[in-house]
Amino acid sequence: MGNLSLVLVNLGRNWVRTLLTVGSVMVALFLFCTLGGVLDTLKAAADSGSRERLATRNAISLTQWLPGSYQQRIAMVPGVQRVAVQNWFGARDPQDTRSFFAQFAVDPNFWPMYTKDLEIVQWTNPPVQLSVPAGQDPHMASYFAEKNSCIVGAGLLKKKGWHLGQTIQLAGTIFPGTWDFKINGVYANRPGGTWRDDMMLFRFDYLSEKGMGGQNFVGVYKLAIADPSRSAPIAKQIDAMFQNSDAATLTESEQAFGAGFVSMYGNVPFALRVIGLAVVFTILLISANTMVTAVRERTNEIGVLKTLGFSDGAVFGMVLTEAAVIAFGGGVAGAVLAFLAVRGANLGILPPLTVAWSTLVAGIGIALVIGAVSGLIPALWASRLRIVDALRRVD
Amino acid sequence: MAIPLVYNVRNVIQRPVGTLTTAAGIGLTVAILIAALALAIGFRTTLVTTGSPDKVVILRKGADSEISSGVGRDEVEILRALPDVAIGPDGRPEFSAEMVVVSNLKRIGQPGSSNVTLRGVDLASIGVRATPQMVEGRMFAPGTDEVVVGRRIAPRFEHCAIGDKIVFQNRPFTVVGHFATGGSSLESEIWGDANVLMPVMHRENAYQVALFRMKDPSRFDALKRLIERDPRLGVQADREDRFYTEQSAALTVVLSTVGVFITVIMSVGALFGAANTMFASIGARTREIATLLVLGFRPGAIMASFVIESVLIGLIGGVLGCLIALPINGITTSTTNFQSFSEVAFAFRVTPFTLLIGMVFAAGMGLVGGFLPALRASRQSLAAALRKA
Repeated sequence: MGNLSLVLVNLGRNWVRTLLTVGSVMVALFLFCTLGGVLDTLKAAADSGSRERLATRNAISLTQWLPGSYQQRIAMVPGVQRVAVQNWFGARDPQDTRSFFAQFAVDPNFWPMYTKDLEIVQWTNPPVQLSVPAGQDPHMASYFAEKNSCIVGAGLLKKKGWHLGQTIQLAGTIFPGTWDFKINGVYANRPGGTWRDDMMLFRFDYLSEKGMGGQNFVGVYKLAIADPSRSAPIAKQIDAMFQNSDAATLTESEQAFGAGFVSMYGNVPFALRVIGLAVVFTILLISANTMVTAVRERTNEIGVLKTLGFSDGAVFGMVLTEAAVIAFGGGVAGAVLAFLAVRGANLGILPPLTVAWSTLVAGIGIALVIGAVSGLIPALWASRLRIVDALRRVD
Repeated sequence: MAIPLVYNVRNVIQRPVGTLTTAAGIGLTVAILIAALALAIGFRTTLVTTGSPDKVVILRKGADSEISSGVGRDEVEILRALPDVAIGPDGRPEFSAEMVVVSNLKRIGQPGSSNVTLRGVDLASIGVRATPQMVEGRMFAPGTDEVVVGRRIAPRFEHCAIGDKIVFQNRPFTVVGHFATGGSSLESEIWGDANVLMPVMHRENAYQVALFRMKDPSRFDALKRLIERDPRLGVQADREDRFYTEQSAALTVVLSTVGVFITVIMSVGALFGAANTMFASIGARTREIATLLVLGFRPGAIMASFVIESVLIGLIGGVLGCLIALPINGITTSTTNFQSFSEVAFAFRVTPFTLLIGMVFAAGMGLVGGFLPALRASRQSLAAALRKA
C-alpha cells in the first residue's frame, strides 16, 4: 500500500519539525524512564532482603543497642539455626570525606549464613599454614588470624583504588579514633544474592575490644531459621521473650528490615511519580500542537488526496500513523538513552540504578498513547474536511 | 533601528491556541523548576534557621551527627563552667546538655515507618535551644513521663496526637502538647525530660550534645581551640548555624541536583516545542514578513522582532508556570535526612527569588527557542517570499 510511503514523505519534507518533535518525545521518555528507574531501584532495594532470614533490632530504633547476651538466648529459640551479629560502624575515609560507604562489624556466625550471597574471590595467604574455624571458608584463614582484618566488596575495592593486603585507615564517628584495617579478602556477589558489593565487613571482636571496652553492644542480630514458613511465630516468640527486659526487641524478616530503610524516603517516590506525569502531559501538549500545525498547513493537499479518491478513513489513518511514527521513534530513542544513561549511575545510598524492562515497555506504550492522542484531533479534522472547503481555502 | 513590535504583539494575541499550548509547555517546565527549587530552599531554610552563630554545639570528637555523639557528664560540667558561657538573666549559665536518640515510629497515611528524633532536655535551660510556643496542649511537666511533639511531625506519625501514648522500653509516655519553634527542624522532634528519658534509654552516663550561648561570639575561634585542646575533653566545637548547614548539606545537594537534572532535560523538550511553534508560525507568515521587508524594515529588525515575539510567549509561559507553582507554597513534606538518620518535615518555599528565576528561565527558553526560526525569517529573499503565495 502506498499510504505508508506518503506518510514517510510527509515526515521528511519538514525534517526540522519532525526532528524537533521526535526530540521532545524522546526527552520526555528519557526523563520518564530515568525517574521510573529510580522507583524500580527503590522497589528492588525494598525487596532485596531474604525472607529466609530474620533481623532482630532494638524496638526503639536501630541506633539503640541490644545486649550481647541476647545472642545465646535467641539461639535457644526452637527453629533458630544460627544467630549472627551485624553492627553498623559508620566511619569515614579521611582521604575522601565526601564519599561514603557502609561498614559492618560481623561475628564468625555471619559468614556461613551468607555463603549463598557472598563469595570470597581474592584472599591473602597467612604466613604459616592455619586452619579456619569449622564451617568457614578455607580462604579466610588470614581473616581469622588477624584481628583487624577486613573483607571488602569488589566494587568498593575498585572504586577506592585499594589493593589486597593493604592496610587502610578510617576515622570513627560512633566509635572515636583512627582505625586500621587490613584488607585480607575481597568478596563478590553471587548471582541472585541479596548483598551489595560496595561495602566493607570486619571482625566484631575488633570493634568490641577497641570501641566498646570489651563489652558487646549489638546493633542487629541476623537469624537463620530452619523453616521460613514459621518466621512469624518465631519472631513473635523472640520479641515476647525480651518484652520485659532491659531492651525490648523488634524481629522481622530481613526483607521487611530492608524495606524499612526504603520507607524512610517518605514522599519521594510519590513526588517522582507526579513529576513523571507532568513531563508526559507537557510533551503531549507540545506534540499535539505540532501535529495540528503540521496538518493544517496541508489543507490543500488533503483536498487533492481526497479528490484523487483517498477515502476519509485513509486520510484519518495517514495522519494518525504520522503522529504514531513520530511518537514511537521518540519513545524508543528515549527509552534506549535512559537505559544506557542509568546503567552504572550510583546515588550513594541506593544500590546502583537499573531500569526495569517493565518501565521501558510502559514508557514506549506511553509514547504511543501520546502519538495517538496528539494525532487524533488533526486526523479527525482532516478526515472530515470537505474537498470544496479544502481547495477553496487559501493560506 | 525600528522594530515592528506592535505587529508581533498582535500576532501573539491573534493565535491564542498556538500561543497558549506553547506557553503551557514552557509553563509546566517552569512550574517544575520552581517546585524543585522551593523544595531544596524549604529544606535548607528549615535546617539553617535552626542554628544561630552565637551558640556553640559540642559533640564528641569525630562524631558527624548528634546520634553518633556522646558527651560525658564530667565533660559537660567542665564545659558548663567555662568563663565564655553567657550567663542568663536568672544568673544561670546559658547551657543546655541534651540526650538525643532516634525512635522508629509508624507513618500515618502511607506504609512504613521512619526515625524521629527524641530529645531529652532540661526545661530550665530549654531557652538556650529554642523558645517553644505551644500550638496545642501544654509543655511537659518536669520529672514526669510526659512528652511534647513538634507540630510538623505530629500529624505525620502514629501516637503523636495529644493524649496518645508513645511506648519506650515498656514505659508509656503521654503526649501532652504540640510545639512550634518558628519553622526550624526542631519542629520535627519529640521532647521530654532528660532526667526521665536518659535512664529509660540506658544513657545515664552521657549526653549526646551540649549547647551554649557565647558571651562574646567573636571569640569563637579561640574558644574552639581551647575546648578541643583541653586534655580532659574529647569533644569538638562548632558554631550552631554551621553545624546545621553541614547537617543539611548532603540532602540539599541531592534535592538540587535531582531538581536541576529534571528541569534541564524537560526544558530541552519544551525548547523543541517552542522552536516548532515559532517555525510554524513564521512559515505561515512568509508573505507578511516579505511585506515588512518591502515596507523598509531591516532584516536585523525582523529577526529581533521575532525573537522578542518568542520571548513574549516564553514570558506568558513563565507567568503560567508561576501561577501553577504558587499553590505548592507551604505544603509540608518530609523525608529522612540520612545525615542525622531522622525524619525532617519541611514546607515548600516559593519565594520571590524562585519566581524570578522561573521567569528568567522562561524568557531564556523563548529566546533560545525563537532564535533559529527568527534567523530564518530574517533571511528569506524578498522575491521568493512574495512569489510563494
